[in-house]
Amino acid sequence: MHPVVENLKNLPGADSIMRSVLPNGITLLTFSNFNTFSVDLVGLLEVGAAADPREKLGLAHFTAAMLTRGTTKKSFAEYHELLESRGANLSFSCGSRHTWFHGKALAEDLEMLVSLAAESLRQPSFPSTYVQRLRNQLLAGLAIRDQDTSDVASLLFDQSLFPGHPFGDPVDGFVETVKPIERDDLVNFHNSFYQPSKMILVAAGAIDGNQAKSLAENYFGDWEKKETNNFSIPHVPAPPDGLIRKHRFVEEKSQTDLQIGTIGPSRISEDYLPIYLGNNILGQFGLMGRIGESVRSKSGLAYHASSSISGWQETGTWEFSAGLNPENLEKVIDLIRQEIKKFVHEPVSDEELADSKSHLIGRMPLSLESNSGIANGILTIERFNLGLDYYQRYPAMIEAITPTQVMNASQKYLDPDKLVIASAGLGEDML
Amino acid sequence: MESNVEKHILDNGLTILTKEMHHVPLVSQWVWYRVGSRNETRGITGISHWVEHMQFKGTEKYPINVLDKEISRDGGVWNAMTSLDWTTYFETMPAHKIDIALNLEADRMRNSLFDEQETTLERTVVISEREGNENEPLFRLGEAIQKAAFAHHTYAHQVIGDLEDLQTISRDDLFAYYQDHYTPDNALIAVAGDFNTGEIINKYKEIFGKIPGSPEKKYIPKPEFELPEKKRIEIEGPGSTIYLQLSYRSPDAKSSDFFPLIVLDSLLTGPSPLAMFGGGSISNKTSRLYQSLVEKDLAASVSAGVQATIDPYLYEILAICQPGQSLDKVQEIINSEIDRLQNTLVSSEEIKRAIKQAKALFAYGSESITNQAFWLGYASMFADHAWFENYIEQIEDVTPRMVAETARKYLDPEHRIIGIYKPRGNGD
Repeated sequence: MHPVVENLKNLPGADSIMRSVLPNGITLLTFSNFNTFSVDLVGLLEVGAAADPREKLGLAHFTAAMLTRGTTKKSFAEYHELLESRGANLSFSCGSRHTWFHGKALAEDLEMLVSLAAESLRQPSFPSTYVQRLRNQLLAGLAIRDQDTSDVASLLFDQSLFPGHPFGDPVDGFVETVKPIERDDLVNFHNSFYQPSKMILVAAGAIDGNQAKSLAENYFGDWEKKETNNFSIPHVPAPPDGLIRKHRFVEEKSQTDLQIGTIGPSRISEDYLPIYLGNNILGQFGLMGRIGESVRSKSGLAYHASSSISGWQETGTWEFSAGLNPENLEKVIDLIRQEIKKFVHEPVSDEELADSKSHLIGRMPLSLESNSGIANGILTIERFNLGLDYYQRYPAMIEAITPTQVMNASQKYLDPDKLVIASAGLGEDML
Repeated sequence: MESNVEKHILDNGLTILTKEMHHVPLVSQWVWYRVGSRNETRGITGISHWVEHMQFKGTEKYPINVLDKEISRDGGVWNAMTSLDWTTYFETMPAHKIDIALNLEADRMRNSLFDEQETTLERTVVISEREGNENEPLFRLGEAIQKAAFAHHTYAHQVIGDLEDLQTISRDDLFAYYQDHYTPDNALIAVAGDFNTGEIINKYKEIFGKIPGSPEKKYIPKPEFELPEKKRIEIEGPGSTIYLQLSYRSPDAKSSDFFPLIVLDSLLTGPSPLAMFGGGSISNKTSRLYQSLVEKDLAASVSAGVQATIDPYLYEILAICQPGQSLDKVQEIINSEIDRLQNTLVSSEEIKRAIKQAKALFAYGSESITNQAFWLGYASMFADHAWFENYIEQIEDVTPRMVAETARKYLDPEHRIIGIYKPRGNGD
């Protein structure tokens, strides 16, 4: 057994996570951690920006943000007085596929947090004044986004990798699609898509599991699920078949941001863990892996350069990013492509593999030291059906991966000649 | 606040603070040096931060490619930060692996190589980091404000340094600066987590005890107090967002005015998060300036920050506005809210609420071992570890009268810097 694993008995597992499913479809998971004084409440509903009409991109995001602007029982002022006077917080956000919530409070305020989360999701009032005010705030956010080279490169990357697909659209929309969103749109979106079926709710902290369960039943139990679920994700487009080069000009910027990549494995694919481990070698381990060594340490070309993978239900991405002086842009693109080429053609060394395995297994307790780390970990386990004993099995699964598995899995996704290469900063548009 | 912090000072002057905590099998070690941009004279601005980068470039015992793998291999995370008053290096490791972090930090306290070629490569990396900062309108505005806020004190320049200095600082400058400042008597180690105090102290004695102490050679600036006069700084740039930053002189962290300022800030713009790792935050929608600016559609957001520093620094209020929103009106509202704080005593309920918020933030931040060790060392850089241990009590001692006095003393409209980032061809 890995030495770290012997110490993992206190971490979440099948015997310490309480899981139940309410009749309306809500899956509830709790974990008690009395080494702390607080509780974290996280969860998700199955609706997101993929449901946005093209001309109103940003609607799901806008709707989620409106949930904290007042309910049928509480004004904006009463709502935030309740939270802030207790040092608590509760926020809602949105991705393509899900609407997320996250709350944190002292454990004594668990009931307040659960009841307010339920009220926000079930009875938002969408006050007209706040629709207008929030719209302006969202537009201010978009104005800042459009000047941020990292955000612009990332958006260009998504649009080019998922053309015509919701995964290629920004969840916060565009100025021209957020401006026309009215109160009726928000109310209709909420009525059509918000429902408890497939909702997940996780509470972790200095709480009793049974108490948390009965609170969830009290406040969410009578929320009726809809018979038909009209939210779905369209078929994901094929990965790039050549090099797709895009650049957007952003004026007066000293630094250019670069994002390169392609489709990666979904979180539920058998390729996910071999590639997760492989990517650690490629762009994470130590000072940002081989990519960091090539671009930063050996060439001094960028302050940051690394790679990452994101896996979702249907698909995923494998991305390489760097921030650099515009003069070095082509050099860095070449260096990253060279590393990709080497990575898919030669198995990683036994030493690299052993280092990264040890790193990933060893750092697991660190990701689970706070209640928010634990709650989010359990949410991921449930979302992708990884099994409540996932953390106990994880070290053995990582240990079993071979260099050949890493290379074979990587070759399915990564090709130095089939990539989206997106950048933003000085220089003429390539769109 | 319950404390089991122990303090040990080795013969060579190295201070070690320990806090045993056994709820997760982790240990976090932070090695702090009392050197930062505050100690940099003209011509070598940015050198503290650049030295921090060079500390990852290897020693004879841990060459560059070995160093970065030693920690990561065992599941540790590590990083470093440079600030106004300090530079710090941390490792959070599985408890049974912490010896690696002790050995590595002891070695690079004196034995970093500062290889000529690595220095050359790192020059472009640091300049690239500065270029990334320059992309941000708020960096450009902040840089201009800091220059105007200090006539002679070294808080005038950014931690990253001026570009002209980054182009000219040499390998020998870096190495000399390292040798002068990376000494046991200029350092402090804070360690928290799953260990036995007696055992770990013996390890520190063995591993760090033999490093010789040496006389400190440090530039210490004279503190600057009142801002001389009202100044207005405007910079222009692309985009359509307007940033308004009002900067006032703030007291140093040891001043009796510091905690009243924390309470004042909490009422005016909402509580600031205390934790750097694993903490939570509290929104500011019931704060006075959010209510009077954002809730009145005069600004898209408002925030402020108090920094704990050795010398008086800046208390900065930031409002983000869109074209069409009047900066004059925003300033007028901020002035009137400050006036209200100066002339009308806040209720004790409001102070109680600030205390509850501080307690919650403290509880959230305490969940992370890394943060616990951070707090111990951080507080020691401008005061001592008791500063944080007594944080809640200090806030509980703040009275409505103290808040009003602090507002009168520091938030003087005649002694502040008005900084504005205006979109070119736009704005009000």
